[in-house]
Amino acid sequence: MIEEGKPLFVQIAERIEDSIVDGSLPERSQAPSTNELAAFYRINPATAAKGVAMLVDKSVLEKRRGIGMFVPEGARELLLRERRDAFADRYVSPLIDEARRIGLSPDDLAALVREHGARLTETGRTTS
Amino acid sequence: MTAVIEVQGLTKRYKDTLALDAVSFAIEKDTIYGFLGRNGAGKTTAMSILTAQNFATSGSVRVFGEDPYENARVLSRVCFVRESQKYPDDATAKHALAAARLFFPHWDQQLADQLIDEFQLPLRTRIKKLSRGQLSAVGVIIGLASRAEITFFDEPYLGLDAVARQIFYDRLLADYAEHPRTILLSSHLIDEVANLVERVLVIDHGRIIMDETTEDALQKATNLVGPADAVDAFTRGREVIHRESLGRVSSVTFLGTLTAAERSEVSAAGLELAPVSLQQLIVRSTQHAGTSEQGAPAADLKEVAS
Repeated sequence: MIEEGKPLFVQIAERIEDSIVDGSLPERSQAPSTNELAAFYRINPATAAKGVAMLVDKSVLEKRRGIGMFVPEGARELLLRERRDAFADRYVSPLIDEARRIGLSPDDLAALVREHGARLTETGRTTS
Repeated sequence: MTAVIEVQGLTKRYKDTLALDAVSFAIEKDTIYGFLGRNGAGKTTAMSILTAQNFATSGSVRVFGEDPYENARVLSRVCFVRESQKYPDDATAKHALAAARLFFPHWDQQLADQLIDEFQLPLRTRIKKLSRGQLSAVGVIIGLASRAEITFFDEPYLGLDAVARQIFYDRLLADYAEHPRTILLSSHLIDEVANLVERVLVIDHGRIIMDETTEDALQKATNLVGPADAVDAFTRGREVIHRESLGRVSSVTFLGTLTAAERSEVSAAGLELAPVSLQQLIVRSTQHAGTSEQGAPAADLKEVAS
């Protein structure tokens, strides 16, 4: 469940961000506590706390004294914006690089994307 | 950070073996440590001295700021779960747990009962007759239920199957989260405990060769795989700790991380970068079987750390 390479606390933060983005952790709801995260991912509570602190710093989580962590309004929008900004670098550039390596032009690539997009919509799968 | 244990120049000599060679370190309060190293590296000796069950040849040990020898104030706050704990011949697990309950002021009987149930520990069988795993369970239960401010677990998992080890790790984390305390976990199953421990203390040939956060340790080494020439060209001048080859492919582990520019250079050259697990790092750092170059890798690691 946990991969190597990225610091563990970054991975924990990304898991929480994922659930905010996909709506399973909606805005205004309470986020899991550091101890719950530690127990669930079987990691040291200090590591979980560091991941949570990272999200508090970028206003994706909000600490309410004595109650716990909450997802503030606007958190999802903030994450979506951040991910859309990073999308080209993270996904499109490597895609174009590999396409070029195997002799596909950007136009071929665009055609492939349209074709696959249509097929996925047909079968009702929007993600794979 | 407050230190609960401070060790200065601790040396232990058994006849002609130097078990601890002028070791100095501090253990921070409320932190889980992985105390790692090969068999005979000095882990058990160090823990025995810290818990006043063995004498130092020289050097100073302070536990909660005091000398632990015959010091009940200190020792009632410290629990040492030995790998080979000896019990009286006719003792049962029930006796051992009752004695622990009297000794440790923060003993939690409810937790002990829960663990007895989870580990399915027979209470009325004489300890001598218990299996290795059941014997380990007695130690694990005492270590957790004592809630001592400092708890040493010396290879607590011997004979425990994967399910029982997972129970131990889960209960340890859960109870630590509720009742933070200092835990030193000595283990050879490094990958199993890597995510549980906040800091690693690695001892090799009686010397400390690593004392840092697990996260920093994991950033320390990088593994590069690809055509031998390209790998060699890239790792030239770096601190290589391990090298293996298969035909014309080399896999080289070196100390240090790469800059973003170096990373893209590496991928442009068709080389693969892989992270190095804590277990690999420690195996590579303490792997000098039978050679006389002890201390050499130690010095390298320390330089990178500072």
